[in-house]
Amino acid sequence: MAACYFDVDGTLVSSNLVHPTLYYLMNQGTPLQSVLKLGRALIDSPRLMLAEMVDRRTFNEMLFSSYAGTSEDRMMLLAQEAFDNVMRPSLYPGARSLVEKSRAAGHDVVLVSGALECVLERLAEYFDGAEVIGNRLEMKDGIATGKLLKPVVAGPEKARLIREHAAAKGYDLADCFAFSDSYSDVPMLSVVGHPAAVNPDKRLSWLAKAYGWPSFDLSRAA
Amino acid sequence: MNHPCLVTLERDSAPRVLFSGDRLVEVDLPAGTRVIYPKPPMVPLRDPDAAIRYAINHPLGSDPLYAKLRPGMRVAIAIDDISVPLPPMKRPDVRERILTIVLEMLADHGVSDIEIIVATGIHRRMKGSEIRWVVGDKIFDAYWPDRLYNHDAEDKDNMVEIGTTPHGEVLELNRRAAESDLLIYVNLNFVPMNGGMKSVAVGLCSYKSLRPHHNPASIRKSDSYMDPGGSQLARDIERMGKLAHKHLNIFTIEATVNNQMFDKSLDFLMKNEDELSGREKAMLKGLVMSTARLPQPARQAIFDKFPAPYGLTSVYAGATADVHPRIIEKNFEQYCVPIEGQADVLVTGIPFISPYNVHAFLNPLLVQVLAQGYLFNMYRGAPLVKKGGTLIITHPCTDKFDHEQHAPYIDFVHRLLPETRDANVLREKYEEKFAKDPALIQMFRSGHAYHPAHPFFMWYWGENGRQHIGRVIVVGADNEYIPKLLGYETSPNMEDALYKAKNGQNKTLDITCLHVPPIVMGDVTLPAGQNGSHS
Repeated sequence: MAACYFDVDGTLVSSNLVHPTLYYLMNQGTPLQSVLKLGRALIDSPRLMLAEMVDRRTFNEMLFSSYAGTSEDRMMLLAQEAFDNVMRPSLYPGARSLVEKSRAAGHDVVLVSGALECVLERLAEYFDGAEVIGNRLEMKDGIATGKLLKPVVAGPEKARLIREHAAAKGYDLADCFAFSDSYSDVPMLSVVGHPAAVNPDKRLSWLAKAYGWPSFDLSRAA
Repeated sequence: MNHPCLVTLERDSAPRVLFSGDRLVEVDLPAGTRVIYPKPPMVPLRDPDAAIRYAINHPLGSDPLYAKLRPGMRVAIAIDDISVPLPPMKRPDVRERILTIVLEMLADHGVSDIEIIVATGIHRRMKGSEIRWVVGDKIFDAYWPDRLYNHDAEDKDNMVEIGTTPHGEVLELNRRAAESDLLIYVNLNFVPMNGGMKSVAVGLCSYKSLRPHHNPASIRKSDSYMDPGGSQLARDIERMGKLAHKHLNIFTIEATVNNQMFDKSLDFLMKNEDELSGREKAMLKGLVMSTARLPQPARQAIFDKFPAPYGLTSVYAGATADVHPRIIEKNFEQYCVPIEGQADVLVTGIPFISPYNVHAFLNPLLVQVLAQGYLFNMYRGAPLVKKGGTLIITHPCTDKFDHEQHAPYIDFVHRLLPETRDANVLREKYEEKFAKDPALIQMFRSGHAYHPAHPFFMWYWGENGRQHIGRVIVVGADNEYIPKLLGYETSPNMEDALYKAKNGQNKTLDITCLHVPPIVMGDVTLPAGQNGSHS
């Protein structure tokens, strides 16, 4: 047995981490709260952009701080809505077929993403079952603190989590697959025997070509 | 007396000019070497459209096409893919001519539920522009992409199981083709291993249905696979084909073209170098020099630029079993040159194109397919080279792959071949695993990559050559490790290669040179009592 590890944002869906967060910000209890949250996010946006360029982990931590003060049950509700309204419509046409072919090859499907686990679990259900390695919000008395629980799933940390997951399941990493769209996921792609670039950005596309990794575009239906 | 296309070299003969990928190189071959040249192109049919109409109205072993039609019926038309002819022919392609006439006839008989399927098997999907080239603007604009599309061997929902042969082989075919009231197959039979029962059973099937015959055992027993009478591959495919014909209503249209691969300006490439005019000699020299100096993309662009002016030489229609033998006769008539006896050494250039790299670079695995596969198999009767003999090829063997079309080849060459060249081990240990690779399957289904099982089949394609030939020597390789991976030796020039072929013995070698392209086959006869077969 082996596993196929999928990055999600930009790989299986065209949306990214920001989209569900924006959805959340725009759907506060009252219009005034939404305006306030959006305003604060707008003020933070230059710092976020800088963080995105420098370090994925810092970016994730800053982005998810917007959820501070949200109750756990509301998070669950928003997760379902964010999946239905943001993630599901953004699924690439070939995503389902790729996941099905992975399962048909006898591989376990594992979603490894910086997105929140509660949203990823909906996607896993949509794919008829998958394991999820995602970010989790710290909760205190049922309310989100705005901090992420460790380990923060991003960049090189994904590679470590995949190694741990494979070791726990008894998979040989040489037989495992990984799929991602982003150069920032090169560590995750590099630990498996079968990496593949999916809708790759320019830098990953060049790297894939140099290393002879499969490279394809899921926006084209099979 | 020798056939006019079989030339014996003398001491003062000019050097021969052979392809070395997309370069042309001059090689000196010793006096006494026999060079087999392609036959002159057969005269094409004067009125191809009239010939096509005649064929479908006067079919062999079947009612005429019009008698099979009824208003409202479902019809599927399957056509051969980009692997034939090589290179792609000048427009209109024979398939466009046939489709135009067939579609007119279907419309006249009230048949409108028509889908045209490019029978790719597990070859790469053709691009829209390539399909347009083959079927013409009018048909393309009317049918693409909803009613004219590539077969998808990995689309489980659109494949259907037809049945099982007495040997337990499962035949899965394209659902639309299988469930139509009539399937019309339009074949352009470029080589004698194609067409006939292979068209539907291979062109429209899945990997599962290829595995029973695309394997080392079938190829090893094929003597040769370019001669249907001696081909185990053909016999194995025929079982599947017969099953398809038992369950489906198939009307076959097959056609042949001559070997006019080069335009008038380049047709001296087919001629005896000693008989060229002064102008032709100068042009040949110029071509040798310019291909030596131009960068690779420019060389590829030169050869891609000139589609072949092939001419239609025959067309037959009706029942596959009746049509195909006539077509094979025409293939042999164009390609076969009689030759007596086998050689110790077979010399051949490896050209820039194969059925599997149209508009892409000929990668190392495809060099092997041409050398020990297609070119070794270009015989009838007995192999051109003796058992245990030497094959000398000219090719740079560059470590270069088209990243889209040949994505699965890269892993095969660089990951599997260093481990083993044993075709049986590769098949048992890796083939099915590769065939399920989700990333490579995705590239096959939504991009333009060959199926991940394809590089395995390409390796098996060289299997009878590998078993028969003692050694392969490459002249002009630009590296050592690719020839080594393929199991080849290298030599800097032909003189050194021929010296190696002597193996330290002081003897005169019988040398035959196959002067390709275009296609030529040796019709080999052996002295009485001698068995030259490889099996």
